[in-house]
Amino acid sequence: MFDALRFAGPTDLVLGLGTGLVFGFLLQRGGVTQYRVILGQFLWKDHTVLRTMLTAVVVGSIGIYAMLALPGVFGEVPLHVKPATWVANLLGGAIFGVGMALLGYCPGTGVAAIGEGSRHAIFGILGMLFGTAVFAELHPAISGTILKTADLGKIRFPELLGLSPWVLIAILAAAAIGLFAVLHKTERPKA
Amino acid sequence: MNILRTPRWSPYVVGAGIGVLSWITFAFMGKALGTSTTMVRLVGLIESIVAPGHVAANPYLARRVIDQPAVDWQAMLVLGLLLGALLSARLGGSYKVEKVPNLWQWRFGPSKPLRYGAAFLGGALVLLGARMADGCTSGHGISGGLQLSVSSWIFFAAFFTTGIVTAMLLFGKEGRNHV
Repeated sequence: MFDALRFAGPTDLVLGLGTGLVFGFLLQRGGVTQYRVILGQFLWKDHTVLRTMLTAVVVGSIGIYAMLALPGVFGEVPLHVKPATWVANLLGGAIFGVGMALLGYCPGTGVAAIGEGSRHAIFGILGMLFGTAVFAELHPAISGTILKTADLGKIRFPELLGLSPWVLIAILAAAAIGLFAVLHKTERPKA
Repeated sequence: MNILRTPRWSPYVVGAGIGVLSWITFAFMGKALGTSTTMVRLVGLIESIVAPGHVAANPYLARRVIDQPAVDWQAMLVLGLLLGALLSARLGGSYKVEKVPNLWQWRFGPSKPLRYGAAFLGGALVLLGARMADGCTSGHGISGGLQLSVSSWIFFAAFFTTGIVTAMLLFGKEGRNHV
């Protein structure tokens, strides 16, 4: 009955662990593994989460699109785009947000929060396993409907809008910097 | 070594670090940062010990569990997340046992069962939503966002909106003074 317990190759395991160590270290140092920081974001008081995520996305996108533009240097860099089944993305995201405000963590920060000493995060992770089990039971009933409806495919904005990714990245970077400036002005100093 | 002892780094430094980490995983590992798929493998593994027939009959679980490694790149990433945060918290001196957070206690009292129950329910909704949307804050929010993927930006907008609405309903504007 333990035949399901298989391991991937050792290289994958070591690289995965190393990636997780760096990711967890960064999340904890950024403060986004704290309940009060995540709720502070949703209450529009502390904008650490937006700053971290938008910076990660802008910096990440520059590197990924540079690699895609230079296949002679980097070879074929595979993309990992998820299908835009927008009804499911929207509905799933909406449910996710309700749960995240109640729990105060998302899956990655919840696991990391346990490492930082959060005990209630442990119950959050148990809840996540329960939610996954419930979803698996619901899946046969919704796989042909909600999850498949309005499927635009594995599409990205450059394809959808017919624009160069660099135009979009420039707009995104400008918007992020503008938002950071506005937030910096409006954010009240911490007590 | 001093920087390793600083308990908090700027969110821009941390964000840039996560962005660069994504370059590395895309370029050298052929992977994107993500966590919630591991929950499916873990649930499938647990269920396959208790009720293997049930897993085989459910295509969603079977596809990710049967003849698939249970411990893969992402599972190790999830383990690393916990250990990396532990290491960071210990080095920075910010490790702290938290049972009922202050904001929660201010609004709902010091009951541990109430907080743990709410955390469980919140976690269940988080993964229900993540699985429906096919990703979470890392798989969609960061990895999908940086690929300029349409699905991920829809997810991002949706979860941020309902997160704000839910937090305001739970704690109100007054809650801002307790975070």
